[in-house]
Amino acid sequence: MFKRIDRNSLLFFGVTIGFFVVVQVLILVGVLTPFYETLLRLGAVYAIVSLGLNMIYGFNGQFSLGQWGFYAIGAYTAADITFRWTNQASTAGLTVLLFIVLLVGAAILILYKLLGRLRGLDALSAFTVYLLAAFGLAVVGVKIGQVVAIPLNSVLAALPAGIATTIVYVLAVIIGALIAAEVSFLFGLPVLTLGSDYFGIATLGFTIIVKVLLDNSDTLLGFEEMKGARGMIGIPKVTTWFWVFLFLMIVIVVVRNLLHSSYGRAIVSVREDEIAAKAMGIDVGHYKTLTFVLGSFFAGLAGALYAHINGFLHPDMFNFIKSFDPMIIVVFGGLGSVTGTVFAAFVWPLVLEGLLRQILPPGFETWRYVVYPLLLLIMMLLKPNGLFGNFEVPYLRQVLPALRKKISTERSQAPSAPAVKEVNG
Amino acid sequence: MNSTKAVSPTPSFIEMLVRRRVLRTFFLVFLVAVVVWRIGTALWANPTLFLQQVIDGLRLGFVYALIALGYTMVYGIVRLINFAHGDVFMIGAFMSYLAIARVQLHLWPTKVFPGISPVLASGIGSITVILLSMAVCALAAITIERVAYKPLRSAPRISALITAIGVSFFLEYFGALDFVFTPNFITYKRPFDVTTWVFGSGGVQALVPGQAIPENTVTFSNISIIIVIATIFLLVVLQYIVTQTKIGKAMRATAYDQQTARLMGINVNGIISVTFAIGAGLAGAAGMLYAIAFPQVTFLMGVLPGLKAFVAAVLGGIGSIPGAFVGALIMGQAEVLSAAYISTPMRDAIAFTILIVVLLVRPTGIFGEAQREKA
Repeated sequence: MFKRIDRNSLLFFGVTIGFFVVVQVLILVGVLTPFYETLLRLGAVYAIVSLGLNMIYGFNGQFSLGQWGFYAIGAYTAADITFRWTNQASTAGLTVLLFIVLLVGAAILILYKLLGRLRGLDALSAFTVYLLAAFGLAVVGVKIGQVVAIPLNSVLAALPAGIATTIVYVLAVIIGALIAAEVSFLFGLPVLTLGSDYFGIATLGFTIIVKVLLDNSDTLLGFEEMKGARGMIGIPKVTTWFWVFLFLMIVIVVVRNLLHSSYGRAIVSVREDEIAAKAMGIDVGHYKTLTFVLGSFFAGLAGALYAHINGFLHPDMFNFIKSFDPMIIVVFGGLGSVTGTVFAAFVWPLVLEGLLRQILPPGFETWRYVVYPLLLLIMMLLKPNGLFGNFEVPYLRQVLPALRKKISTERSQAPSAPAVKEVNG
Repeated sequence: MNSTKAVSPTPSFIEMLVRRRVLRTFFLVFLVAVVVWRIGTALWANPTLFLQQVIDGLRLGFVYALIALGYTMVYGIVRLINFAHGDVFMIGAFMSYLAIARVQLHLWPTKVFPGISPVLASGIGSITVILLSMAVCALAAITIERVAYKPLRSAPRISALITAIGVSFFLEYFGALDFVFTPNFITYKRPFDVTTWVFGSGGVQALVPGQAIPENTVTFSNISIIIVIATIFLLVVLQYIVTQTKIGKAMRATAYDQQTARLMGINVNGIISVTFAIGAGLAGAAGMLYAIAFPQVTFLMGVLPGLKAFVAAVLGGIGSIPGAFVGALIMGQAEVLSAAYISTPMRDAIAFTILIVVLLVRPTGIFGEAQREKA
């Protein structure tokens, strides 16, 4: 088994774990103030959500602006579960959502297998089937969950408080991510059939719909603890540097391994040329759905982690102006570059919230959002490939380097002499 | 045939379901039935209230139409979702605000010709202000196009889109600076007095200030009339430019095929600038009309109307001018009616739900033709 671990992997994991240990020690010693620690945790959360978007957009070529909506779903779902546990000592939220997630997830998987065999089933019909199944099973899940919650309450109450909270927290994070993934499946199934720009607008619409629903979560949806537009408070602040780092590492490894498998090659081929991919026998719809669901899963995961950093959620955190953040991080870091995305995600909060606030004179905050669009514009004009372009650290080596090279040369040549190119081409 | 047999004992029934798209029809009929039932009961319960909502929706829809035209023209010609368009709309609103509140430009006719009739004076004054904001917006759009979009003309489309988002942020937050437009909500001063009319069983009569609105009547103000007249006038002018003039011909040619248009001796870059300028001019007019109807301006005011206007353009079939107009009217009605009869806080969500449903049923929009994939 150890024979298969190569130098690059060892180096990668050595460096990252070293980074983790150094930061953890600095936090324990007190060199790293809570302010910067929070920025690091935020950076890791942004890295996860942006990696999800990079899967959807950078590797699969689907221009999605819905990432922030799934992030919000994950955040509010997980926050609701832990809120009920810490403030009401009730696991009803946990079990109800757990059973909804499990039942709906199982139904989706089974139906996906069954409906996949029907030729010529249009997306909206399939969507109707999934929607009916999901609603029916959600009702069943609520009933089962409420029954199971009672014995589970006593079991968790018997455990030490810290361990019980940790268990609830980890489950909540995973359930939040799964809910985001299932919603993204239901939403993506019909919408992924749209062309690129229309898909972008539909996903932007999704983000706005989610935000409006969250604004009215206490009145229309009936979740009183979410407090609608007043903002949800009382969420336990249990996301430590350890948890965000652990989940970030898992996400990076999953993304890397997925992209290096035959699935990954199929995903990238859809980005390169959908028609050619279809001609090669690749089920384009399947891979689009897979990537979209996986990316949204990461978004939900990041949201669930984020909810427990500050212990406060407000619908305005999820408005669609913020929804451009992961898109901009991905573009800054380099489309289709995992290294670049992670780097840009850590730099983003550090620069925007940290360094500018600490170094520059007070009153500069209002200029932040004037300067960073300008930086974005300058970068788009000078280096449209992002900071890292197609660079990857050795462990995360480039996927399909030849194809990527072709794209990058096209990009660098194109703006210089458009007229000549068009006439010749 | 074989594959379906393996799944179900009654393949023919399932096959029929799939081929006739029964479930899809069922889903859509269900959605339409809910909407029709909702609107029908509302109309039955209180026809005058319903009529009132429709009139308010028209007012909103006409403003959206002006913004949507800019989106649809720009998208038709360069295939770019110009996110900054909503912020150009904001600039138009602020320009008219500054002209009215700071410079009092709308009062110039009474100052120059003291004996002029007040109606004529406020008319000429308002038209001056609207022309000013249109001109400023057109200039802003040409600058944006030249600085930000032109260098990316042949870059991948996403670069231009990200740039558009960047420009949008820049305009918003530059406007939020203290010495520009300030980050506050500012009350807008209308350049003319509002007159409200009541339409009921007793015919049309003007509402005296302070008088309560009689029951079972529909009210409308000169604001709605001005918005409708201004929009229709601008639409006719636009339609004339696009269909009758040489510039319009060049615009259509460029939208159809940029390379060929260039080979035919059309100055493509100039035409694209003109398109941006015309679209922005309409947005500037829309900005002023919107601020007159809803008298408040702020640096983020362009975001949601801009997006909804874009939705309207997509709804009508992007690239089509009548489509943008019809789509905008639908959006206006949808927003006002859903606010009145379905759920007030959910009206933005409902607008986007309509977009998603229409896209699923007819991806090219109501008036749209099948899009050719551009290289």
